[in-house]
Amino acid sequence: MEILVCVKRVPTVGGAITLTADGQAVDTRMSGFTISPHEECAVEEAVRLVERHGGSVTVVTLGPVAAEEQLRFCLSLGASTAVLVETDGSELSPFVTAAALASVASAGGHDLVLLGNEASDTGDYQVGIRMSYFLSQPVVTGIKALDFAAETSMLTARREYRGVSETFRLPLPAVVTVKEGINLPRYPSLPGRLRAKRAVIERIPVLSTIDRPELLTSPEFRVKGLRVPAAGKRSAVVLGSGVAAVPELVRVLGELGVLP
Amino acid sequence: MTVFCLVELESGAVADASLRALTLARGLGPVAAVAFAPPADLPVAELAAYGVSDVYAVAADGYAPRAWAWAIANLVPGWPDAFPEGPAGRRPAVLAAGTDRGNEVLAHLGAIIGLPMAANCVAAAPAPGGGLELVRQRWAGLLLEDAVLDAPVALLTAATDAVAAVPADAPGPVMVHAVKSELSPADLMMRAEEAPAAAGGASLATARVVVGGGRGVGSADGFAPLEELASLLGGVVGVSRVVTSEGWRPHTQQVGQTGTKITPDLYLACGISGAIQHIAGCAGAKHIVAINTDASAPMMARADYAVIGDLHQVLPALIEALRAR
Repeated sequence: MEILVCVKRVPTVGGAITLTADGQAVDTRMSGFTISPHEECAVEEAVRLVERHGGSVTVVTLGPVAAEEQLRFCLSLGASTAVLVETDGSELSPFVTAAALASVASAGGHDLVLLGNEASDTGDYQVGIRMSYFLSQPVVTGIKALDFAAETSMLTARREYRGVSETFRLPLPAVVTVKEGINLPRYPSLPGRLRAKRAVIERIPVLSTIDRPELLTSPEFRVKGLRVPAAGKRSAVVLGSGVAAVPELVRVLGELGVLP
Repeated sequence: MTVFCLVELESGAVADASLRALTLARGLGPVAAVAFAPPADLPVAELAAYGVSDVYAVAADGYAPRAWAWAIANLVPGWPDAFPEGPAGRRPAVLAAGTDRGNEVLAHLGAIIGLPMAANCVAAAPAPGGGLELVRQRWAGLLLEDAVLDAPVALLTAATDAVAAVPADAPGPVMVHAVKSELSPADLMMRAEEAPAAAGGASLATARVVVGGGRGVGSADGFAPLEELASLLGGVVGVSRVVTSEGWRPHTQQVGQTGTKITPDLYLACGISGAIQHIAGCAGAKHIVAINTDASAPMMARADYAVIGDLHQVLPALIEALRAR
């Protein structure tokens, strides 16, 4: 099974998110970069499928040259090849992102495309779905369990929605977005890291993946700026320490109307 | 121009997240609800209370995201021939709740009709220069994005934890339209077979009380008092990411950016330090009470009330006090 996994370089956020002075981006001077936990699980799922059914895992990202760092991380987890669709690092619309990634998937003739359910920074919730339309393939999203039956070439994908278990059955080729929890990703092995360090990463200019350069900017959706929401902090009333605080805690729970 | 709003139903009522979406939709124009249920199953009075004037009841055999999106596309004025020209801010819009299903169906719709989709909006209003001014959640709500959506049809979802559900001032009559959907086998290929989830019981996303446990719980066994308290309060247990990474609890109970976003009346956070990704999942709680040995834990600054102490002592005492009432 030939699998393509799509990942995105995003800032590592710890205690708080701070913005650049112009309010257009997350300030990354003090932080590193990573991929989302959903995507780490997508890579792990791909590696497990290949371990079970044969084939290979290619990992692709759309981003600046610096995003090779994230591709090498995925290689260290067991992906065998990596492709960078090179951009100048500016934010591209979900439409363009999907078009560029679909062009890589189409050229590679992959059986399965895996993505995270949503990118942790922009949270657009649509790149995988838009890819599936470019590729004319079925798509399922938010998957928490994935099985492949080689004899029928069918995928069984499961997820939970508000107390209901949903099962989808679809033929390959297909696009699947996964969520953290589908597996527990492994740590990079030492041989994996060495291999990743030496690997040659294929670079494709983003303009060669989309047929109309004017699509790089979207007149229909313009981001004006980012801001940190004001209503984050609450002012905690300390009810007390240890078990001595329990009577006060019971009174407060009563006031909040949550006691039976 | 009509604002279509996908409405999800839960136990015969409109889902809380959809009430929030209806509230956001009402600010943009007259609202037509789209529900995938027989007309007889529709909570018409509740829809009327939220200002809905028309309801399209689409015949559906279970959840099928692409098929649902096609059914909505067929309701959009002008599509697929030509979208109607409209003055700025008076063009049609399609909204849904920013749930897994709402975001999924609207993303399909965006791909089908070839327009942008803005996920998890907390505000939307006609922009002076045309189109809609939006405020969207990024980083699951840790950041807000100000944007302008200027498309022939605005497609957006409403954040489930940031838009309040407010009934309309002057509800009017509701017209119900039954819609047959003509679907291709390809659309129906993506259809969910539904069964009750193994865990059962109240869902984390809609629970009114969530008892949260973090690293401070210490072990899988340490969750017994949290379970007991949750059941006393008619709530459910939620956990932080470290708890699922340690394998103490299943990932379905994870609250946070990569888990579930919760909107309970009370979130009782026990032994949770409050990493920013966890805060993203619980910021929609009406009230937060934190129990932690560390008075300087970030969770304490995000709480309305705090108890400084060991959850392993405080919770048994709290349970005892509640049983004695």
